[in-house]
Amino acid sequence: MLEAAKRWRSVWRRNAWAWRKGARTALLGGFVEPLLTLLVLGFGLGGYVGRVAGMPYLDFLASGILATSAMNAATFEGLYLAYTRMAVLKTWDGMLAAPLSLADVVMGEVLWMGTKSTIGAVLILAVLAGFGLAASWTALGVLPLAFLAGVCFGSIALVVTSFARSYDFFVYYITLCITPMVLLSGVFFPSAGLPAIVRVASECLPLFHLVEAIRPLLAGSLEPGLLRNAAALLAFAVPAVFLAIWRLQRRLTQ
Amino acid sequence: MRASFNPLRFLSPLFVTVSTAPAVAARHLSKSFEGKRVVDGLSFGVRQGECLGILGPNGAGKTTTLRMLVGATPPGSGELSVLGFRIPEQARAMRARIGVVPQQDNLDIDFTVIENLRIYGGYFGLTEAALKARIPRLLELAVLTDKANARIGQLSGGMKRRLSIARALINQPELLVLDEPTTGLDPQVRHNIWSMLRQLQNDGLTIVLTTHYMEEAERLCGRIILMDRGRILADSSPQALIRESIEPHVLEVHGANAEAWCRSLPAERDERCERIGESIFHYGGDLESLVRSLDAWEGVHYVYRRANLEDVFLKLTGRDLRDA
Repeated sequence: MLEAAKRWRSVWRRNAWAWRKGARTALLGGFVEPLLTLLVLGFGLGGYVGRVAGMPYLDFLASGILATSAMNAATFEGLYLAYTRMAVLKTWDGMLAAPLSLADVVMGEVLWMGTKSTIGAVLILAVLAGFGLAASWTALGVLPLAFLAGVCFGSIALVVTSFARSYDFFVYYITLCITPMVLLSGVFFPSAGLPAIVRVASECLPLFHLVEAIRPLLAGSLEPGLLRNAAALLAFAVPAVFLAIWRLQRRLTQ
Repeated sequence: MRASFNPLRFLSPLFVTVSTAPAVAARHLSKSFEGKRVVDGLSFGVRQGECLGILGPNGAGKTTTLRMLVGATPPGSGELSVLGFRIPEQARAMRARIGVVPQQDNLDIDFTVIENLRIYGGYFGLTEAALKARIPRLLELAVLTDKANARIGQLSGGMKRRLSIARALINQPELLVLDEPTTGLDPQVRHNIWSMLRQLQNDGLTIVLTTHYMEEAERLCGRIILMDRGRILADSSPQALIRESIEPHVLEVHGANAEAWCRSLPAERDERCERIGESIFHYGGDLESLVRSLDAWEGVHYVYRRANLEDVFLKLTGRDLRDA
């Protein structure tokens, strides 16, 4: 197990190092963009809508944006960057010629995606705290959730990548899965306002559970529903990791 | 290559072969893709310290054979062991002790030369201390010491290839496997890579490479496996292959009047004659009289030369090695 962890770490380290080299650009997308959305919509739209679900709109939106940015960071990594490493630069082929297996590569990749989502969450959380939007210590609970979300959405993205023949393929996933999910998961408005059947469907989405888990933590309360939401994310993450390993194994070791 | 550089002094501590098991033992190795047999019942062995060249046209099954050898794809059937490890079961342990140079460079373009070596060493679980000791020697071998902090994008094609080879040596392998090491490089760079590989060979490193350049095989390899359509056609030293499989000399004639010249020759002759494309090939021990007969003809061009592996391949398959 320790040996396996060391192998995963070597892949993780490669990605972390590459990220650090381009950190300035990476931060622009992973940090500045969600904050812009939050502030513009939160202050601009918030003035019209007032309180939502018992809290000011800015507070409501903050958890949604935090969740979405954790999802996006890992999704982008698992689609575009992972595809580049797999099919364009053949970085994975190099790893597989060393004593790493495909499972090691996937584990290193998803752990990095969890880390990347966490880094974004730390930065956003710091700004939220500055605005008084994350006043309680319970807000720190967001960080392990962001890590779990990174693993979850990153591994799902890797499954999508395993089917991709070019970058164009990802447009389908983003347009047909990610965007509707953002609209239906209670990011911008409570899903309670949706028609019953859509609402029930939206509760099956991983992003819904991430938002549900984060919102009370930012508001300063610990609720039993947190465990259920975390379990739902795990229920997506674990099969997705195995599926990604199986799919990519088939694709790369033909 | 710098003249003052003595590879033996730098590298001998790196490549001390300890085991005496054959580097590679393959029996009845086969592999199919989508119902098509790409590798068809290969049996061969590679001794420690040997340099084996797998020679054949595109699609002969060379790359698939190599991929099985390094554990990148499981054999369809047959038995394979590399450095005494059963493949694919013990492929991971085996890969810790071999070096692989892919056909297409997959260096990490986000990083510098030295960072590439450090990251790749990380995949082998090497410590920073071990890397610190090894990297300067590898840079020296690849003549990249001055480029240690250059990004991959700033390197020439030849430098990238040399770095790929250096990277494959980071774990001090007992066997180096290269897939078409000089394909797509210009002739000068090719010589450069050859001399690097010869240094490694002189240090006792076992090498298996694929190529479709017969010159490369003749220069580097002590032994050659000639492959076509997934099968082994011949397995021998390049000199023995040429000596045993083909007449010593070749007269290659082409041009507008080549056919007419050929028809003018007496029907009963000792030497063998083949037509490939627009050229007429005559093979024999002494073709001097044939060469002289060409003097009387206008509109014919000819080359009179010693037979080489290209001719052996042509004879065994009836096809040109380059574009068969």
